[in-house]
Amino acid sequence: MAKTSFLSRSKNGTNSQKTDPILLPSLVLVAVILLWVVISYANLFPAYALPTPGSVLKSFKEEFEAGRLLNDIIASLWRVAVGFVLAAVLGIPAGLLLGQHLHLRQAFVPMLNFFRFLSPLAWIPFAILWFHIGDKPAIFLIFMATFFPLALATMAAVATIPSIYFKVAKEYNYKGMELLTKVTFPSVLPQIITALRVSYGIAWVVIVAAEMVGCQDGLGYGIWEARNGLRLDSAVCYMIVIGVIGMGIDRLLAQLTKLPNVRWGYER
Amino acid sequence: MNDKQSVSLSFDNVSHSYGAVHVLQSLSLQVQNGEVLVLVGPSGCGKTTILNLLSGHIRPTQGKVNRTGNIRTVYQHDGLFPWLTVGENIDMGLRALGNQPQRETEKKDLLELIHLQGFENHYPHQLSGGMRQRVELARALAGQSDILLMDEPFSALDYQTRLRMRLELVRILKQRPRTIVFVTHDIEEAAQLADRVLVLSSRPATICRELHVNASRPRDLTGAAVIETMKTILIELGLEQ
Repeated sequence: MAKTSFLSRSKNGTNSQKTDPILLPSLVLVAVILLWVVISYANLFPAYALPTPGSVLKSFKEEFEAGRLLNDIIASLWRVAVGFVLAAVLGIPAGLLLGQHLHLRQAFVPMLNFFRFLSPLAWIPFAILWFHIGDKPAIFLIFMATFFPLALATMAAVATIPSIYFKVAKEYNYKGMELLTKVTFPSVLPQIITALRVSYGIAWVVIVAAEMVGCQDGLGYGIWEARNGLRLDSAVCYMIVIGVIGMGIDRLLAQLTKLPNVRWGYER
Repeated sequence: MNDKQSVSLSFDNVSHSYGAVHVLQSLSLQVQNGEVLVLVGPSGCGKTTILNLLSGHIRPTQGKVNRTGNIRTVYQHDGLFPWLTVGENIDMGLRALGNQPQRETEKKDLLELIHLQGFENHYPHQLSGGMRQRVELARALAGQSDILLMDEPFSALDYQTRLRMRLELVRILKQRPRTIVFVTHDIEEAAQLADRVLVLSSRPATICRELHVNASRPRDLTGAAVIETMKTILIELGLEQ
């Protein structure tokens, strides 16, 4: 929500001159690359500590041809997808339930908050002991990183639904499951979409750390390998891929805010 | 469509308090079948509490509310579900009707009644305040409703829209008569719409004046009946000599 509305605000705000939405970010990108070129060729750092753009491009080609890069991308996306979907499927209903029952809220919120503030990385030793090496520990860590924020955000959204909706629902005979699916859920859907975007961001950050210790492949493992072989050119190439995919998936999730039955939540 | 015999709504010595605040003190009133009953009174006198008691959203601390018939409320604003289109919102009122083609026809009729044909697929946030209130009215009229409670339904609108909405309400009720309990602080509104006006005192609310208005509707705002009614109410509220 924040990003789209922030970008579009300039249309009616003080800065009313129209600019190409591609032009300005492209200029910044070129400037950053130029800065990188200047610093790396000025030999401020030894070559092994700051790779040049040229060496990064070369390692891109290398990693891609070896098939490692594509394999790592698929491995990471799979782990994030499974962990994130599990967290959403369990966390959103849990949040709906907590939002509707004061006693459940009173009972569980302190515990949920405790786990929310516990860095998911703290679970790494347990993840490895319980699930060994492979997809499972990473999926577990993604779940632990995203379940709590999703459940709490959904709960907070439900607790602030205007009481008028429930009065109307009562007069038109919505009860039980129908009340939940046709009144409670759609009235918090805009906030749930925002929560999904935020927690996906957390998941994509956590996957890199999770794969450094619990996996034999994945983007995080790729960076770890590069460090072990003192191949920072390869590390930078993985960093670029992580950033670009993260942005791309956020854009996809942002498309959810364009659904006609949630627009009201962003335009008020 | 409505079995008018089964409609009844009354307060029998109702008192209500929120904690130590006494909002109503042994209030009795009887809503007549098919009438437009308007409650006017100073803000905070408990008008909305009366509506909440009539609709059953809250229970009185003392006394009895008798209620038969299907009751629907039209709110001041935000009563429509923003995630549903105009058509879907109106369709909520038709949920009791099982037959799909009948629901479609009824929905079309209602859209036509409120002059919003072509807006069926719009969302509430895409409409003006007056249009939204008309949709809410259509939803409340749809299907098996007998009694409409109207909680200052036009007070969030600008003055001219408000005047127009009163005429609209009169026109619509001519086609679909209902028993109406209308709460407002707007004296003009009361004088233009009511069969009967109850002027309420400030907290705890008691009926300090009952007024019958016999002139036929629609009534001109500057017509004799309206002016006379307004004068009586203003005197009762201590705002005119």
